[in-house]
This record gives sequence, C-alpha cells and structure tokens, in this order.
Amino acid sequence: MDSREGSSLLSLPIMVLKYHMATKDPILIRNAVPTDLDAIIEIDDVGPKEEKPAYWRGIFSHYGSGEKKERIFLVAETGGEIVGFIAGEVRAWEFGSAPCGWCFALAVSPKMRGAGIAKRMFDEIRRRLKGAGVTTVRTMVDRNNKVTLSFFRSQGLRSGRYIELEREID
Amino acid sequence: MKLNKGSLFALFAVLELAGNGDRQLSTTDIAGKYGISTHHLAKVMRNLVHSGLVQAVRGVGGGYRFAGNVSRTTLLDVIQLFEKLESELDMPNQGNPACEPIVAELRSITGEIDDLTKAILDTITLETALKSTRLRTEAAASVAAGTPS
Ligand SMILES: CC(C)(COP(=O)(O)OP(=O)(O)OC[C@H]1O[C@@H](n2cnc3c(N)ncnc32)[C@H](O)[C@@H]1OP(=O)(O)O)[C@@H](O)C(=O)NCCC(=O)NCCS
Repeated sequence: MDSREGSSLLSLPIMVLKYHMATKDPILIRNAVPTDLDAIIEIDDVGPKEEKPAYWRGIFSHYGSGEKKERIFLVAETGGEIVGFIAGEVRAWEFGSAPCGWCFALAVSPKMRGAGIAKRMFDEIRRRLKGAGVTTVRTMVDRNNKVTLSFFRSQGLRSGRYIELEREID
Repeated sequence: MKLNKGSLFALFAVLELAGNGDRQLSTTDIAGKYGISTHHLAKVMRNLVHSGLVQAVRGVGGGYRFAGNVSRTTLLDVIQLFEKLESELDMPNQGNPACEPIVAELRSITGEIDDLTKAILDTITLETALKSTRLRTEAAASVAAGTPS
C-alpha cells in the first residue's frame, strides 16, 4: 500500500521496520490513533504534565486523522506498547519561506532509546513530507537539548537560513 | 572562530582512527597522510592518549587506536582538549570606566556567539562528522569522474 495516498484510520500504513534487540518484537511505525494519547503524554516529558492532555488532544484533532497528507502524526509501537512519536506538517509562506516540512515534536520512551526508533520515525516522516511535495525538512530545538540536537545532526540537518530571535515583552 | 593547529591535528587523527576502530596507525602514518608535522602531531597524540580518546598500542606494529565512543564523542570534546573556544576582547586599557558599558554589551554579544558555537560543535558527533566527510569525498569523486550524482 502506498501510504502517501492520504490514509484513513482503517487503512493505516503499517511498516515492520526492525526487531528490537531485547524484545524481538517488530517495531511498527503507524499513524497515531486516539487510544495512543495516554502513552504519548507519558513519553512527552517536556513541560508541565497537567497541561499536556489538552495540548495533545488539540494536536491529535489537528494532525491525527491521517486524512491530510501534509499533516502527519506517527507513533512507534512494539509489543503492543507505544514507545515513541513524531509529528510534523507542511507549512507555507510563514516567515516568507516557500513550502517546507516542519518536524515539531519527537520523543522516544527513555527505556527504548538508542535502538534506532527515532531514526525510523524520522525516515518515515521525511518520506511522507516528500510525498506531500516538499523538499526540505526543518525543526527547532532548545540549544541545551544536546541529545535531540545530536539526533537531528546525525540525520544530516544543519543550521538553516532562518535565525530565531526573541525578547521578553514588558 | 579560529581553530588552532593542535585542535586541527587532533581532529585529523581522531577522525582517521575513529573511521576504522580496529586500525592501528603510527604518528608517522597519520602525519604522512595529512602532510602535517610529525613532531607536532606526536605532542597532540600524547594529549589524546591522556584524555582516553586514543590508546597507545605498544610493541612491533604498535601505534594508536581510537578508544572513545564514536557516536557520543563530539567535535567539541576533542577541540576542548586543546583550546577554550571563547571569544576574547583584546582590551588595551583594562579598567577604564568609560569602556565599561560598551565592553559589557560586547561581552553579551560574544556570549551569544559562543553559545551558538558550542551548540553546533557539541552536537556533531565523530560519527556524524565522518558520515558527512564520506559523502563529501564521494561527491567530489563522482564530479571528478564526470558522473555527478
Ligand atoms: C532524541 C531522541 C528522540 C532520539 O531517539 P532514539 O530512538 O534514541 O534515537 P536513535 O536510536 O534513532 O538514534 C539515531 C542517531 O541519533 C544520534 N543520537 C541518538 N541519541 C544520542 C545521544 N544520546 N547522544 C548523541 N547522539 C545521539 C546517534 O547518531 C544515533 O545513531 P547511532 O545509534 O548509530 O549512534 C530521544 O533521545 C528522545 O526522545 N529524547 C528526548 C529528549 C528530550 O527532549 N528531553 C526533554 C528536554 S531536555
């Protein structure tokens, strides 16, 4: 099945990617479904937990249906357990930029890190973004988040054309 | 940013050794390949051994072997053994109060630059650098062969 054709919840593109060394269970990368949200919130350890259910429900309703090929929300599953997620979309003409893929959320459950799961999810989101017609993928990472920065650099990302600037509003 | 010779030689050596973890190379081998001073490289190698990134193998056919973690050691880990990558202001008249506000502003700006430098060099692992280097070599080879990829 070609997952680039907007897939419905009933026809999830499921790919068997790799057998995890410890469990020997295959790792599946598939579209997120509503029942994944609790596990996603558990894995997402950035920021206050109590604000997360509302945030992720919002993200899910916007990105989770899998119906629009320019909005992507994937999870990694192994042995019936959600062990990672990635979300992204195509954004056009913000900051004067031509259409471009953005990866705005990525995490792997701590006990499953280092097994290539983020790489598999990122490969899949790149493939889908390409299918949605863009040729660049972009992300933004806290400069102190060495692990995530190292991950994206290992995938070939470099400083981009845009510089983020900010100040406190007084 | 200016990388000094020590850092540069260390990066040549570490990347050369890490590119093939089982290989042992002598200072002469490495210096010969990169056309750099054996004498200077020998000093650099001692520093690398001391840091644990490289191991000296004694005996006939001895040399150096990479002993770090290729997917965790970053370019900054290597560079920091040889220099502190921090901007400096070459201030002639230390302590002149008229300079203070401007110097303070410049320090905050160079701090911004240093933070970015660190965020770049400390997130490129040897493995990532080796991968990009290989891609570069392949691209150059295919251009030379007249078959751009
Ligand atoms: C970044 C993250 C998604 C990576 O997930 P992962 O599944 O462990 O990554 P992978 O196994 O696919 O790693 C692929 C490559 O990324 C790089 N990488 C991954 N973890 C790394 C680390 N800790 N240090 C340096 N490079 C790393 C390596 O090059 C790795 O290739 P290798 O396995 O051949 O060495 C995961 O660590 C994570 O969820 N981190 C969340 C951290 C976070 O945001 N915390 C809260 C804010 S501080």
